[in-house]
Amino acid sequence: MPITLPFRPRRESYPPDMWTQCPGCNQMLFNKHLDKAMRVCTSCGHHFRVSAPTRLAQLLDHGSFRERDAGLVSRDPLGFVDSQPYPDRLAAAQTATGRRDAAIWGFGSLAGRRIAICALDFGFMGGSMGSVVGEKVARAAEGALAEGIPLVIVSASGGARMQEGTLALMQLVKTIAALEALRAAGLPFISVLADPTTGGVFASFAALGDVNVAEPNALIGFAGARVSAGTIAEELPPGFQRAEFLFAHGFVDRIAPRAELRAELAAILEVLAPPAPADGVPGSVRRG
Amino acid sequence: MVDRFLGRGRDRDARAPGTAGAPGATTAPAPPPGTPPGTTATAPPAIDAARAAVWARVLLARNARRPHTLGLIAGIADRFTELHGDRLFGDDGAIVGGLGRIGGRRVVIVGHQKGADTDENIRRNFGMGKPEGFRKAIRLFELADRFGIPVVTLVDTPGAYPGAEAEERGVAEAIARAIMVMCRIRVPIVTVITGEGGSGGALAIAAGDVVIALENAVYAVISPEGCASILWRTAEKAPDAALAMRMTAADQLALGVIDQVVPEPAEGAHADPAETARRLRGVIVEQLDRLAALPADERVAARMRRYRDFGAFDDVGAPEVPEPPERPGLADRLRRALEPMGTRLGNLGTREGRDEPPAREEV
Repeated sequence: MPITLPFRPRRESYPPDMWTQCPGCNQMLFNKHLDKAMRVCTSCGHHFRVSAPTRLAQLLDHGSFRERDAGLVSRDPLGFVDSQPYPDRLAAAQTATGRRDAAIWGFGSLAGRRIAICALDFGFMGGSMGSVVGEKVARAAEGALAEGIPLVIVSASGGARMQEGTLALMQLVKTIAALEALRAAGLPFISVLADPTTGGVFASFAALGDVNVAEPNALIGFAGARVSAGTIAEELPPGFQRAEFLFAHGFVDRIAPRAELRAELAAILEVLAPPAPADGVPGSVRRG
Repeated sequence: MVDRFLGRGRDRDARAPGTAGAPGATTAPAPPPGTPPGTTATAPPAIDAARAAVWARVLLARNARRPHTLGLIAGIADRFTELHGDRLFGDDGAIVGGLGRIGGRRVVIVGHQKGADTDENIRRNFGMGKPEGFRKAIRLFELADRFGIPVVTLVDTPGAYPGAEAEERGVAEAIARAIMVMCRIRVPIVTVITGEGGSGGALAIAAGDVVIALENAVYAVISPEGCASILWRTAEKAPDAALAMRMTAADQLALGVIDQVVPEPAEGAHADPAETARRLRGVIVEQLDRLAALPADERVAARMRRYRDFGAFDDVGAPEVPEPPERPGLADRLRRALEPMGTRLGNLGTREGRDEPPAREEV
């Protein structure tokens, strides 16, 4: 057994991933600095995409997150094959990310307040919503309802997962129905829209937050730019489908830089979900 | 802001204006449900045949002579008064709706309207709903709920309109809100997929208690052309995508996404629109009566259960996919050493993610 010293440099971790080039300003960014800045470019403010675990670590109080339903895995309901079979694509994504599907949900605390939270991971098949993602979003809403606590969902997804066909489409209804139950119980749902949030995810739970908060310059829209261009050959205005465009048209409440996101959510929750009175039954005191 | 114009003293029993789609009234020839493009000589004949059969159905579902919503309503409803406008922006010709009676039963009917010819298709935007169309549907669903009138929706759309103006007015929000209202209202909802069930634009008015489809209808999460251009990198592989997505009514019945298939007369609904409407009417009446007999709470609970249960997954328990091997960094070691002594270091230098995901897009 080799002796490992505590200060040995992590040889395997560099040089290849020591630097990242910012697609916004072409600056070379030292990864340690980039991580410290929550993966936001220190010179131009470009928000890099982050994985779901990173997102949870950035938002929640340290060590407070308890994951639920980590064991859910998609079946292949259609026997879908394009250039490769769907199970192979799933397996590749699982190996690459170490996760079973594109969503994580669980309970945690944000600035001391217990919430149910679900985060999507664009790195897993484009964050696409199939049976597992839909199920986790629905279970997160049900978990919030059962405990009478707020729900936060961080979306980063290209939309519904084509490989699961209409079963993926049905997840839109499933997630919305779960949110409707939450709404009826008077519990707040905050939707955080990160880059990108498009298609069936934006056309379901992500658009329906009591408060919608977007990250700067995130791509948010219904039809991908290629779909628009391909279907109706329409010229798209500059800045089309960016967070600022949605903000200007009234579909997101706030655009929050990543460094301020946690504080913004805390401020919103403080008003929408004040601590229940000691004798109150959670979730039954406020009506929507 | 006006639902309809009505000349004084006339039209007291007005039917819908412009009830297009009458049998044989159109000039556009049906594209022959023939050989699909992109058939490769190397594929086994069985797959070739299956692909051709599926593609023929897609073409039938899109057939310009196929009876469209207002034409079907004329055959299904005894009376129909179309209502217009979303009270917010305008009136969308691609989504129609109004008040009607079917065999004496009061109904609110909402459906996509495709055109029978090019002129009408331009006016109807090829049945591609815009935000104001979905918001009109929301208004009518809520109207139905307030007056306790059952809802019938007829689905026939390539998808929601993907243009810039639709994005500006929040087409995704309108679709999501329409689905939410369908989940909420307490009156019975009978949905019929009559032609193309195209993705979110279809689903916005398709979250019924029961979902019926005509035999040659198709239902999919994305158009076969869209799916092919993303996964096969060419729209010419649309027949392959159509086959892979199992989008025919029979396949959707097997998946449980639709509950009942109504056979079409002869070689398709366009051959005999009157008979198609007659058959649909019988099934709709049967479902309306069945749903009306249930207590509202039970009906809404069953609707929620119907959609809650969709999904094909297994729970394999605790993570088996091994976490990437971790060597704790200095900060983690310090934290581990200090935390038992009551010192907290917060989020100092967590070793999370140097994991820019690939810039890939799936719709």
